[in-house]
Amino acid sequence: MTVQQTPSTPGSSLPRVDVGRPRFDRNVRTNLFWKFVAFALLCAIGAAVLFPALWMLSTALKPDTQVYANPPIWIPNPLRFENFTEAWSLAPFTRYFFNTALYAVAVVFGTVVSCSLAAYGFAKLRFPGRDLLFTILLSTMMIPGMVTLIPQYILFSKLHWVGTYLPLVVPSYFAGAFFTFLLRQFFMGIPNEYSEAARVDGASDFWIWSRIIVPLSKPALATVAIFTFEGAWDSYVGPLLYLNDERLYTLQVGLQFFRTASAVQWQYLMAAALLVMLPVIIIFFTFQKYFVEGSSIQGGVKG
Amino acid sequence: MARMSRMRRQEALNGYLFIAPWLIGFLAFVAGPMLWSLYASFTNYDVTSRMDWVGLDNYRRLLFDDQLFWISLYNTGFYVLFAVPLSVITGVLIAVLLNQQIPGQRIFRTIFFLPKVLTGVAVLLLWLWVFNPDFGPINVFLRAIGVQNPPLWFSDPTWAKPALVIMSMWGAAGGYIIYLAGLQGIPRHLYEAAQLDGATPVQQFWNVTVPMMSPTIFFKLVTGIAAAFQFWEASLIISDGGKGGPSFSTLFYGLYMWQKAFTEYQMGYASAMAWVLLLITLLLTGIQFFVSRRWVYYEGEARS
Repeated sequence: MTVQQTPSTPGSSLPRVDVGRPRFDRNVRTNLFWKFVAFALLCAIGAAVLFPALWMLSTALKPDTQVYANPPIWIPNPLRFENFTEAWSLAPFTRYFFNTALYAVAVVFGTVVSCSLAAYGFAKLRFPGRDLLFTILLSTMMIPGMVTLIPQYILFSKLHWVGTYLPLVVPSYFAGAFFTFLLRQFFMGIPNEYSEAARVDGASDFWIWSRIIVPLSKPALATVAIFTFEGAWDSYVGPLLYLNDERLYTLQVGLQFFRTASAVQWQYLMAAALLVMLPVIIIFFTFQKYFVEGSSIQGGVKG
Repeated sequence: MARMSRMRRQEALNGYLFIAPWLIGFLAFVAGPMLWSLYASFTNYDVTSRMDWVGLDNYRRLLFDDQLFWISLYNTGFYVLFAVPLSVITGVLIAVLLNQQIPGQRIFRTIFFLPKVLTGVAVLLLWLWVFNPDFGPINVFLRAIGVQNPPLWFSDPTWAKPALVIMSMWGAAGGYIIYLAGLQGIPRHLYEAAQLDGATPVQQFWNVTVPMMSPTIFFKLVTGIAAAFQFWEASLIISDGGKGGPSFSTLFYGLYMWQKAFTEYQMGYASAMAWVLLLITLLLTGIQFFVSRRWVYYEGEARS
């Protein structure tokens, strides 16, 4: 409307603001509308995501008379914190806890050391066949784990490793493809000037790796460590397959047997499940930054 | 010159030493086992002494005599068909919503990441409780809104797989991060140009966001489908006695292979199953790469 009132001479362009203003107002209004829709949707999805976790927490704190209440009680009265200690003593969870912790730490150490060594080789050193080997490394990520599950089991049983932690820990010392790839990408971003300067001074590659590359890569190494820890802490099929002695069970195996062994009450099961998840939850909130950044590099292989 | 080549040789030697952990591991835990497994798939290996060559007999039995093989393949296909697209949609939707300037963004990001942290047996037991036919909150809610006979979920052959798909969508919420990273890489001027042309936000989504996100979506489809074909551990924990019940409705491919290998010790037969799975995965990946030329848009790529 304002456009029409302005006398226009041929060749003179109108001030942009005049043309833009009505459309700009409409955009602000539609933007506000879409923001409101987005916020409402986020709240709804957020509630759906939080809901099972809150239900778990609620059940874990209930006295047994309120577990099966209908309609369900969301805030138990009284809050029974004893559920946690009682659930913990229903199975040898303290032993399982130490088993799992030692296993996870051993796997994290092996993964971080071996993957960063291999990644350094692929990122910083030249040798014949490097690109071909790296392509092979990448393509192994597409091989279904089930194809190697059986032959690996046969291999470990021939070595008489079944019934020990060796089949679960030893492979992690041989640089898995995924984290090697992730670390190589990170190492490629470290300028070569650092290592060249050290090399001129006569430093060995091992020195460069341990004194230059590793200290500069703490965020990437922390990402690998956190995700490896979470993976080891949560692994179920491996421990179930290889640990046939009850004294060696991990928390995940113990938790599952805890369910099937007897008719366990849900408040205890949920309390035990929460305790089992607690270390991972603590790590998440402590290293939230690494977690969120790291998984964007990771590309969500866990799907 | 001689000095140079000696340095080169030293560097190459160091290179092999540094990648030795991976190379040895690859030969011992991947390549060797794979070749062994291929050989075993042509035998009747049962862990004891027998390892007679039976030719293609395992494969023939799988394809023509084994009803459960086809059931497990169907169940796995069902899961792939629903869980993968729904997971991608969930992830993209959350990422698009979080990409707006909205109050509480940090809190939302933390909440939506929780499913990626809460994993393992504990969470599966939690879902058993959430889907409990009598006391689980889902059925309590369904009854409250007037559904007379809500599904029995994990106890009902019709509803056990959909329940697992719902679980997978919850887990996929944590996958928003990779899409968010992709979204933030889209240049702003594309949206500004679309706005000047009068495109609505929905049109902008289909004509700018989706094409620019297509490489990320493609990557998630390829890896997601490969992963979903291996989905079975949840069924081992959730299904009745870990056998894939009720009525074989959650007997997934991996679970059936696990039973053949580790409860019946038919290692040769199970190895054949593993190789069929490998072929399916390769075939589907190949098809996806072929089809991707039609819909995946790479910026800077010359189009004819």
